[in-house]
Amino acid sequence: MAKEKVVSDEAKKEIEKLFHHLPHKQAACIDALKIVQKYNRWVSDQALEELAPILEMSPNEIDSVATFYNIIFRKPVGRHVIFLCNSVSCWIMGYEDIRKAIKEKLQIDFGMTTKDNRFTFLPIPCLGTCDHAPALIIDEDLYRDLKPAQLDEILAKYE
Amino acid sequence: MERPLTQHIKKDGTPLSLKEYEATGGYEGLKKALKMTPAEVMNLVKDSKLRGRGGAGFPTGMKWSFVPMGEDAPTLKYIVANGDEMEPGTFKDRLLIEGNPHQLIEGMIISGFAIGASMSYIFLRWAYHEAARRVLVALDEAYRAGYLGKNILGSSYSVDMELHTSVGRYICGEETALLNALEGKRANPRNKPPFPQVSGLFGKPTIVNNVETYCNVPHILTKGAQWYMSISKSEGGGGTKLYGASGKVKRPAIWELPLGTTLGEIIEEYAGGMQDGYKLRGLLPGGASTDFLTPEHLNIKMDFEEVAKAGSRMGTGTIIVMDDKTCPVGMCLNLEQFFAQESCGWCTPCREGLPWTAKILMALEEGKGRPEDIGHLTFQTHYNAPGNTFCALAPGAMEPLQSALKYFREDFDEHINSHRCKYHN
Ligand SMILES: Cc1cc2nc3c(=O)[nH]c(=O)nc-3n(C[C@H](O)[C@H](O)[C@H](O)COP(=O)(O)O)c2cc1C
Ligand code: SF4
Ligand code: FES
Repeated sequence: MAKEKVVSDEAKKEIEKLFHHLPHKQAACIDALKIVQKYNRWVSDQALEELAPILEMSPNEIDSVATFYNIIFRKPVGRHVIFLCNSVSCWIMGYEDIRKAIKEKLQIDFGMTTKDNRFTFLPIPCLGTCDHAPALIIDEDLYRDLKPAQLDEILAKYE
Repeated sequence: MERPLTQHIKKDGTPLSLKEYEATGGYEGLKKALKMTPAEVMNLVKDSKLRGRGGAGFPTGMKWSFVPMGEDAPTLKYIVANGDEMEPGTFKDRLLIEGNPHQLIEGMIISGFAIGASMSYIFLRWAYHEAARRVLVALDEAYRAGYLGKNILGSSYSVDMELHTSVGRYICGEETALLNALEGKRANPRNKPPFPQVSGLFGKPTIVNNVETYCNVPHILTKGAQWYMSISKSEGGGGTKLYGASGKVKRPAIWELPLGTTLGEIIEEYAGGMQDGYKLRGLLPGGASTDFLTPEHLNIKMDFEEVAKAGSRMGTGTIIVMDDKTCPVGMCLNLEQFFAQESCGWCTPCREGLPWTAKILMALEEGKGRPEDIGHLTFQTHYNAPGNTFCALAPGAMEPLQSALKYFREDFDEHINSHRCKYHN
């Protein structure tokens, strides 16, 4: 029996639309990975194999691009991803306290996913909002001027 | 005081719509440019003494003048806005993009006209989700109004513009690495020469400028080069600059001030001085990759020349303030961990040297430092000096460290001698 496809026809169509402005298909590689991730939440080995003929690249070539970038996930992530800024201004303003509080509440540190698959917790460089440090992003939502006491309310928004 | 780039940005945080932007004089600069020749626009920008706001301060008009022009020049050329903004401690381009996306778009169209570009990209970092949404809305408005696309405002000039959101890596901000990222590749920097102005994106002439740089261009067109120079307090460059301060100051924020405003004015007047109970110990004047300055330097002007004379760089103009209760060794550790993680791995001094540097600093912080570690750290600052590495990431990484060893040496020694970090326990 053929394996079920992970790069859907919908995703494939979206990728093929990118070729229009580009001199060759490889140039769409990063955007193609983003599209796959948008639908699947991460990029599996099978996804690389299915992308290969679409982009006219080998799965290995695509993987060398995928692994270079911080935000392309080659492992499954939870339903929500918490990115806590660990760069210098947030360090001065006490991001470590936020990290500790998240660790206590969710029982996960950087690089880990909760058992119920609800959250993955990752560090991220400077979020460009250093005048409101410390800061974090959950999925696409930015939270600034963080205090550990606010975390319960913030985390409760994500099921 | 004139604040051309930010005076119309709304306090409630919403972006200016096209109509609102036009009501402030938006797209008048473009209309004026389209009645001039590309060479005239380029000369005007040269005369204004606009210098790049991405960190190095290269004269913008001069950068453009290296692009091949005329009949024999390639018909396909590119204009790219560098909105990667991943330099820790930097938060100025976000404000410009979110607050007034049309100002950036207009600046890019005018710049594209000056070099004859037919395609343009806004390269935006992944984490700026709100900025991305606003750019897409503004691009749509600009196309509908005829500011983008074929025969702009009835002229013979045509240019398209697209948004590219990056997938996260500091090195993507280096302009040749950025071009590789736009081509869908790993973002390793490229050899120079050839410079992007001659052979850039897909081998075609390409201009990469910082977001803030482009945002200046419409105002230079409408008000002229003389005016632009008159609003600066610096000998070496025209215009205003977005300055910022973060850390334990009373009012961390961004301010648009005349280029050449002094460090002291920014810290004391605008940022309101230090929070109660904290003293100023040192500062990085323009982001993570600039050398420390100390309270002795507060009287210098924040411009490219004076900060360089004081031994640092103005960089992005966003100041990171270190107070007297923050450990200088710990701060260097945080910075070097960032640079080590973001090294693209292309050349050896950086790939091997930065993680080693971070490891030594970690040992110092954990009370496991040895006297010879000072020598190892000093060695790294030479090993990764400009000229020894393929791009400016590693030399930039060494700037805070080499200056910390100069100004805060007693802290390094104390970590080693007392086998602990006194700031932590
Ligand atoms: C590691 C590294 C990261 C950089 N990141 C950025 C950035 O995020 N934004 C930026 O405008 N310039 C960045 N630059 C500088 C660019 O290479 C380039 O000089 C700049 O975009 C040119 O624009 P300008 O002439 O308008 O200043 C970076 C340079 C290096 C070496
Ligand atoms: S200096 Fe670092 S970031 Fe730059 S090319 Fe070398 S390894 Fe890559
Ligand atoms: S250092 Fe955290 S937002 Fe800039």
